[in-house]
Amino acid sequence: MLAGLAVCRKMSQIRAVMVILSSVLLVMSGYLCYEFLSLRAAGNTEEMLFQGHWLWYAPLNIKLSVGVDGISVLMLMLSSIIVFAGTFASWKIDPLPRNFFLWFALLSMGVFGFFITIDIFTMFMFYEVALIPMYLLIGVWGTGRKEYSAMKLTLMLMGGSAFLMLGLLGIYWHSGPSADGAAHTWNILEIAHNNAIGTGWQYFLFPMTFVGFGVLGAMFPFHTWSPDGHACAPTAVSMLHAGVLMKLGGYGCFRIAIYLLPQAANDLSWIFIVLTGISVVYGAFSACVQTDLKYINAYSSVSHCGMVLFAILMLNTTAMTGAILQMLSHGLMTALFFALIGMIYGRTHTRDIRKMGGLMQIMPFLGVCYMIAGFASLGLPGLSGFVAEMTIFFGSFQHADMFHRVFVIAATCSIVITAVYILRVVGKLLLGKVYDEHHRTLTDATWWERLSTITLIVFIAAIGCFPNWINETIQHSFAPIIANLQSVI
Amino acid sequence: MDQTLPILILAIPITMFFILGLFGMKMSHKLAGVLGILGMGTAMVLSYTVAFTYFFSGDAAFIIDGVRQQVEIFDVTWLAFTDKLVVSLGFLLDPISAMMLVVITTISFFVHLYSWGYMEGEKGFQRFYAFLSLFSFSMLGLVVATNIFQMYIFWELVGVSSYLLIGFYYKLGSAVSASKKAFIVTRFADLGMLIGILILSFYMPTFNFIELTQNGGPELALTSTGGATFLGGSVLTWALILIFTGGMGKSAMMPLHIWLPDAMEGPTPVSALIHAATMVVAGVYLVARMFPLYLMETASLDFITGIGAITALYAAIVACAQVDIKRVLAFSTISQIAFMMVSLGVARPEIHEGLGYMSSMFHLFTHAMFKALLFLGAGALIHAVHSNDYTSMGGLRKYMPITHWTFLIGCLAIAGIYPFSGFFSKDEMLSAMYGYSTFWGVWMTAVAGLTAFYMFRLYYLIFWWDENPNYKHHTPHDAPWQMSLPLIILAAVSCVAGFIPFGELVTWNGEPYHIHIEWVKIAVPSLCVAIAAILLATVMYRKKNSLPDKFAAVWPGLWTAAHHRFYWDEMYMFVTHKIIFGGICSFIAWFDRQIIDGTMDMFAKVTQKTSYAIRGLQSGSIQTYVWWYFVGAVALAAVTAWVIL
Repeated sequence: MLAGLAVCRKMSQIRAVMVILSSVLLVMSGYLCYEFLSLRAAGNTEEMLFQGHWLWYAPLNIKLSVGVDGISVLMLMLSSIIVFAGTFASWKIDPLPRNFFLWFALLSMGVFGFFITIDIFTMFMFYEVALIPMYLLIGVWGTGRKEYSAMKLTLMLMGGSAFLMLGLLGIYWHSGPSADGAAHTWNILEIAHNNAIGTGWQYFLFPMTFVGFGVLGAMFPFHTWSPDGHACAPTAVSMLHAGVLMKLGGYGCFRIAIYLLPQAANDLSWIFIVLTGISVVYGAFSACVQTDLKYINAYSSVSHCGMVLFAILMLNTTAMTGAILQMLSHGLMTALFFALIGMIYGRTHTRDIRKMGGLMQIMPFLGVCYMIAGFASLGLPGLSGFVAEMTIFFGSFQHADMFHRVFVIAATCSIVITAVYILRVVGKLLLGKVYDEHHRTLTDATWWERLSTITLIVFIAAIGCFPNWINETIQHSFAPIIANLQSVI
Repeated sequence: MDQTLPILILAIPITMFFILGLFGMKMSHKLAGVLGILGMGTAMVLSYTVAFTYFFSGDAAFIIDGVRQQVEIFDVTWLAFTDKLVVSLGFLLDPISAMMLVVITTISFFVHLYSWGYMEGEKGFQRFYAFLSLFSFSMLGLVVATNIFQMYIFWELVGVSSYLLIGFYYKLGSAVSASKKAFIVTRFADLGMLIGILILSFYMPTFNFIELTQNGGPELALTSTGGATFLGGSVLTWALILIFTGGMGKSAMMPLHIWLPDAMEGPTPVSALIHAATMVVAGVYLVARMFPLYLMETASLDFITGIGAITALYAAIVACAQVDIKRVLAFSTISQIAFMMVSLGVARPEIHEGLGYMSSMFHLFTHAMFKALLFLGAGALIHAVHSNDYTSMGGLRKYMPITHWTFLIGCLAIAGIYPFSGFFSKDEMLSAMYGYSTFWGVWMTAVAGLTAFYMFRLYYLIFWWDENPNYKHHTPHDAPWQMSLPLIILAAVSCVAGFIPFGELVTWNGEPYHIHIEWVKIAVPSLCVAIAAILLATVMYRKKNSLPDKFAAVWPGLWTAAHHRFYWDEMYMFVTHKIIFGGICSFIAWFDRQIIDGTMDMFAKVTQKTSYAIRGLQSGSIQTYVWWYFVGAVALAAVTAWVIL
């Protein structure tokens, strides 16, 4: 998969290369998914499949180790879908299309790399690889206050990385011996099996890593890079960022913070439940009064990604499965939203909902797609959001104490608030009278835009209608993490 | 039973939705209409077959020793939350679901047919049929749900179909806000339902209705909560009341009723199908479906009775003071559904063998027929005079004879006049209420009287009163056959439906109940009340006179308040706009931009300022460096000297 992207960086016939490679990526992740499932079905119960190790820097025992479980397979699938759709959504990027796609591809490489490594140092490296291109992509191709937003986003995420680096180093020095005889190891599986990190150190490292990844997962109060960043980013970058990059945060949280530091996760999760619980409701309320389409979806992302972290912190299989479903669902849905917003903005040259209205009459295709995205967001059965949210709620409610109950019920309230802000936008933007008569001359979606949106909608509906196989894959992958958590209670 | 028929009943409408939704734009109106009508017609025939087989085949699967059974025709796993909490999609056949299949497909079919005339030439005709099919599918899925989560899934789907259909005329601002209001209010109610299901699922590790309500399920629910209480109520009571909240939203019980009158912005066939006959009774159906659980905690049933009784009276009063004929019918619907709720709320196995349950379902059935009839009649009127207000009607009986007679039959049925269907179901409901307590019996008899009054007020104002002068320019006439035929058939059903031996078919525990009318104690007094109310309406509204104004002038406050629906909408507006939007949301948005973002910006500013300040030191001028070197050396010497000495 990395090889595919390495070639991608030397592209010349930009569109053709991008289309072919992103399709290849999509096919390859689909194939990986298929292979993975058939291996599992054949009774292969190893924790990570397709493992491979290449020693990189011997003194510190840094390796490029790859391996996938059900969750990373699904995440790869998600990323390739969004890269595919993003390519079509930025069909007419201007200026410097070659450089744009170059950075775009580098960003994708970071994301893919992050999901397949099981060595925390290389994971961190890929994490940084995914972050840096954001600065340029927003700073150069963005709109509005792009320099400010790009700087803010990068600095805040770098700040998160600083915490993360400390956390990861701490984990390394207490990791216990590796399988090939070195004193310490970076390998996730080995660290988890050694389980050698002392409780005191765990209490110190858990907040470090959780906050480090939580910044990217838009956890309250470290979320403010998100609205500005999304609002200024170009379409495809918003899509990839909200769709995949924010998932890195959630993925890192459970793969590193919770899996490797189970004692602290059990004892300290309540602090972060409070913070993420706030995120969920706070983001939703904020979205209700925004007037910029992108701000609305950025705050909605804060709310939905807050739900991801919230569910991860519930530390039981059902809720954590819901978190992964929510990642997939939110990834697809938000990518769809940002793609549509980009398309609408490309036509009307405004994102202010007060200056638009009745677009359904003018561009019915985009309007219908926007409504579908909205319904997915407010949790309509048959679309992915419903499955994810319900799994989270039912999983979270398995905790019998009052503290968890109160926060779960507060989080469920978000389904009403979500309905409020989604329908408010739909009502203002798409329905009603045409606000600006000049808009009547605008055209509906082109074929590449249709392809981009339909791809996303098909996957959203597929998850929404037939969730069980994904659900089972994820539940299975969580077994070692849950076992690790239970072992320390 | 074979699985093919039930699967087809669900598959046909959803297939129609996809066909019409995806390819409708390329079809002619005629083709789309015919497809929709044929699809629904087939589903109707299949439903009749299924219901007939269920009730009358005597198959051992459906009836054992005279007791009707609940049968899961199929049940497939959809999503497994945990090993025990498994959501499945299935088809549950029992007396109430079989009855609902008949009701839904019948009304839906007639509405499909009627819309062919009513919506003729409208832009978006195909879209309309697509949404109707989607609604029919969701509603059918709701009534045949085998578990409470499936019900919740379809519950949301009917909500969204209702949203789409209310907002069908999406260019109209009022329709858009009405649809938004309907969705958000019912969503809010569904939140309660969701929390209720969460609580219930924690204590009862299953969603399945049969496991919940039969073979010791309810007793288990009571014991597994371990006597835990919350704010004075047992956990089970809370769960049941919260689940009922969802029903309050869908069935427009106070205080969540505010969306239904506004929902009349949708096309009239939609009002007939969704907001009179089928979707709005989902709340009643929900309680009926979980009735054995509700019986475990009679406090929850008392809650339902109270809410229902207050709503019934409130809606009946408001209906007397509305101008828009669809709004009158909407409030009448609220009032009638509240009637069913009260009837369920007073149902106890020891009182007439659970008569309240049977009569509630009976009334659900008869009400669906005559209310759909009244709405479709109203549609014909609106179609003829192009206005919703009775002020632009009057004296229409000469111009629209079919509409007039069918509407009259509808009014007689809802007023509960013998031998129309409403009489029988209402009589059974009142028996159940008197059996429970005389207080509620008298209360609901009064509501029944008000019902007769406002319906005949409406009838006279439309068809008698004074002839509207506008008719000279534009003579109103009866609707085309596609619209008249449903009216005539539904009127015929409303005449005879009362004689169906309903008690033999639908009871709370499946055992047959023999209906007997208590003429002396209940039927005759309630008939007298109804007739008196009709006479009063006749005196006041048959011919144009000043009597109504005089009455209004006696209690001006009451009249104005009722006309404004007791200001519920204004209260909601205040809470949502001023407090939630203006207060909470704006505050959070401000807090986010100013405080949180401000703090982050402050860090950046401080860093920037500090670096600016320090930057001056790196001036590159040798003199400055030497000067600072000298100062530093002296200072160091001074410190050293001070420390040493």
